[in-house]
Amino acid sequence: MTTSTDPAPTAGTARVDARLAVHLLRLGDDALVLGQRLCQWITRAPTIEEDMALSNIALDLIGHARTLFTLSGRVDGTGRSEDEFAFTRSDREFTNALLTELPGGDFAVTVARQLAYTHYAALYYEALAGSADARPAAFGERAAREVAFHRMHADNWTLRLGLGTPESSRRMQRGLERVWPYTAELFDEDEVVRHLAAAGTVPSPAPLRPAWERRVSEVVTRAGLTVPTPSQQLRGGRAGLHTEEFGPLIAEMQSVHRRFPGGRW
Amino acid sequence: MNGPTPSAPRPVPPPRPARAVAEVRALVEALPDPELPMIGLGDLGVIRSVAPAADGVLEVEITPTYLGCPALPAIVSAIRDALAASGHPEGRVRQVLSPPWTTDRVTAAGREKLAAHGIAPPVPAPANGPVPVAPIAVPCPHCGSRATRPHSPFGPSRCQSVLRCTACHELFPHLSAL
Repeated sequence: MTTSTDPAPTAGTARVDARLAVHLLRLGDDALVLGQRLCQWITRAPTIEEDMALSNIALDLIGHARTLFTLSGRVDGTGRSEDEFAFTRSDREFTNALLTELPGGDFAVTVARQLAYTHYAALYYEALAGSADARPAAFGERAAREVAFHRMHADNWTLRLGLGTPESSRRMQRGLERVWPYTAELFDEDEVVRHLAAAGTVPSPAPLRPAWERRVSEVVTRAGLTVPTPSQQLRGGRAGLHTEEFGPLIAEMQSVHRRFPGGRW
Repeated sequence: MNGPTPSAPRPVPPPRPARAVAEVRALVEALPDPELPMIGLGDLGVIRSVAPAADGVLEVEITPTYLGCPALPAIVSAIRDALAASGHPEGRVRQVLSPPWTTDRVTAAGREKLAAHGIAPPVPAPANGPVPVAPIAVPCPHCGSRATRPHSPFGPSRCQSVLRCTACHELFPHLSAL
């Protein structure tokens, strides 16, 4: 896709910052991959309102990815477009957290995944809004408001399923257990993030984890459910090591571009 | 995800006299929003400024409503056309994210037009942070009753939700406070 905006005319913004570009790409990959997963619910959601809800949330997430990719391409000095990031990288080059690529599965799995991700993203984007760098700060400020809406949706469904029937409650609990082994990766801190955080360019997600646990536990408990304590925490997405289900997801997303390289409409 | 990119270069229009900045601003502000055509981009609060940039090129700064708004490419292209038509073919459109667009930017005239078209205007935008569980009552645009309740938080476009009036039983869209 061509970006819908002209670049800022100031030449000084071409400062190359490889680390920030890497980090923005991770955030963009999270948003794009989760958005793509949510798109798979379109026409399959339990109600027509839910079809609208999940597709609208997907639209927001893909919008976040577009902004982050464009910014990443500017920050790294390559000028790569959002299309190049989305459609011309191999599965090993995607750096999304594994949580975002998990198959939707039972609707309760999707709700649990949304609960975990939206509470994390809301905290992270609120913190990003305080960045010393105006570019990620502007994105964080904007995206935090949108994610707050997604979080409300996830909270409401968690409560509805948890307090619904014995069957819905059982499945919601199972959904939480399915996704919880993948939540720790969201808060991992590595050299890239440590360096950026020390400079005040982006926040580290690690210190946000207690707040995330508190907020998520509050909703889960209110829904009459139990926060899982998984025996293991799975990682790898940030390093390009993905789950078995990731390949088909990316292949589907890139299929039109692969068939018609450089095609436009 | 490709934006609408014309495959052939646009025909070069004959040169037109460049209109004054205030005139261009009025023209751009009057452009209809593709999803809410009853209100212009000005009333929607999307246009931030119309002014010559440092390099002398006329620049329109816009604040996107939602980052994933599907109408955005159409808005940008409509503004570019308007710039060209008013004698500024080199004019630019630039997105500015901060401070973010909120529904508080919708003007009083915009709110009236929305209501006249059966769309409840936005209640005051929530502060950053948790979205309140019990939103402020949205009056029904048909009968004015405040006895309304949420029906679906996601509506006919990304920026609208759907409510039901318990007095007149009508469903109505609401420009979701953001």
